[in-house]
Amino acid sequence: MAVRKPPITTREYWVPGHAACAGCGCAVALKLATKAFSEAMEEKYGDPNAFAIAQATGCMEVVSAVFPYTAWKAPWIHVAFENAAAAASGVEAAWKKLGRKGKILAIGGDGGTADIGMQALSGMLERWHNVVYLMYDNEAYMNTGIQRSSSTPYGAWTTTSPPGKYSIGEDKPKKWVALIAAAHQVPYVATASIGNPFDFVRKMKKAAKVDGPAFVQVQCTCPTGWKSPLEKGVEIARLAIETGIWPLFEIENGDFHNIKIQAPGGGAKVKREGGKIVAIEFKKPIEEYLKLQGRFKHLFKKPEAIDVMREQIKAMWKVLGVEVTLPKPGE
Amino acid sequence: MAESPFKVEIERVKKEYSEKMTPGAVVYLPGSSVVNKTGSWRVFMPEFNRDKCVRCYLCYIYCPEPAIYLDEENYPVFDYDYCKGCGICANECPTKAIVMVREAK
Repeated sequence: MAVRKPPITTREYWVPGHAACAGCGCAVALKLATKAFSEAMEEKYGDPNAFAIAQATGCMEVVSAVFPYTAWKAPWIHVAFENAAAAASGVEAAWKKLGRKGKILAIGGDGGTADIGMQALSGMLERWHNVVYLMYDNEAYMNTGIQRSSSTPYGAWTTTSPPGKYSIGEDKPKKWVALIAAAHQVPYVATASIGNPFDFVRKMKKAAKVDGPAFVQVQCTCPTGWKSPLEKGVEIARLAIETGIWPLFEIENGDFHNIKIQAPGGGAKVKREGGKIVAIEFKKPIEEYLKLQGRFKHLFKKPEAIDVMREQIKAMWKVLGVEVTLPKPGE
Repeated sequence: MAESPFKVEIERVKKEYSEKMTPGAVVYLPGSSVVNKTGSWRVFMPEFNRDKCVRCYLCYIYCPEPAIYLDEENYPVFDYDYCKGCGICANECPTKAIVMVREAK
């Protein structure tokens, strides 16, 4: 049998020994992101190490940099919760002044991006710094004990949105930071997922190669906060794509009329018009995604909440210009 | 069997590590976390069957540690010093060449 080459570089920038929980999806995301980044830098500048990382406080910062050790093999700076984008802007400006070639990667969690670092992120995008901002979205403040963030989806249990007699858990829809970033008309904005690593790596490389700011929002599973089995992390992320919960799209130069949408797979029927996806008929009900996670367990006692969720997903896809049909279980 | 690339790293880190406090608490040793052997967290361990492996690299891509490296023939090798036993590799393996077994300690 002919031996295929590994699909990604074997250089490691994220090394073992970090303190992430077993089965951490965000660790997968950061490992792949740094590998993709180094490949892109090698192709663009001929130097695989021509990048530096600025990271906001969050799960992945806490687990990777337990003093006096670090799990990073790249220049890395930890900054406060709100200003990863601002610090990355500063590093980029300094590199420009020094005449150094390369790109800066800013990393933040969903709390550090969608809630606390929103202003710094907006400023970085608007000032057109040559930075890629990677938001790893595990949909709550997992590091401090699973509090809700604005990126927490409808119906999810967190310690600050407990379900009960009068509550169904988080009662507001998810905030889509990727769409907010695209409204800055930056060259490249994308959503990705660890459920489709090849797509994620391709998007990271594309983001690293554009001149100007880019934003990538990657969904990664958190077995601790989502109360899901350790080994199902990647499977849950894949089900999120296949059931329509997590759309994969790319927006270039803020052009909302030409959003590139990736076909979700999982047996979904895709209708195209002129090369663009206009309608998707999903075959897997969202219950398949929800039932694997303890944070949605209470929803099965209130099925009307799952219908509300379906309406919200349809509305989200409508923003992207796609009509979707979501099946109910047994249909 | 190829030597784990992280073994070499441990030697380097142990040699260069110093207890001295640095200004601004800067860590000068990249990748020094390799000295923390997280393998003791494990309950189930992945067992690899080389004959069933088709070298799709999915386990190598998905390992969050990463505790999987590739040998000269590009087969995955598991570094049990770091594997936390999450089981993502066994769950994603298309040919079931990896199975999780309870580790006897």
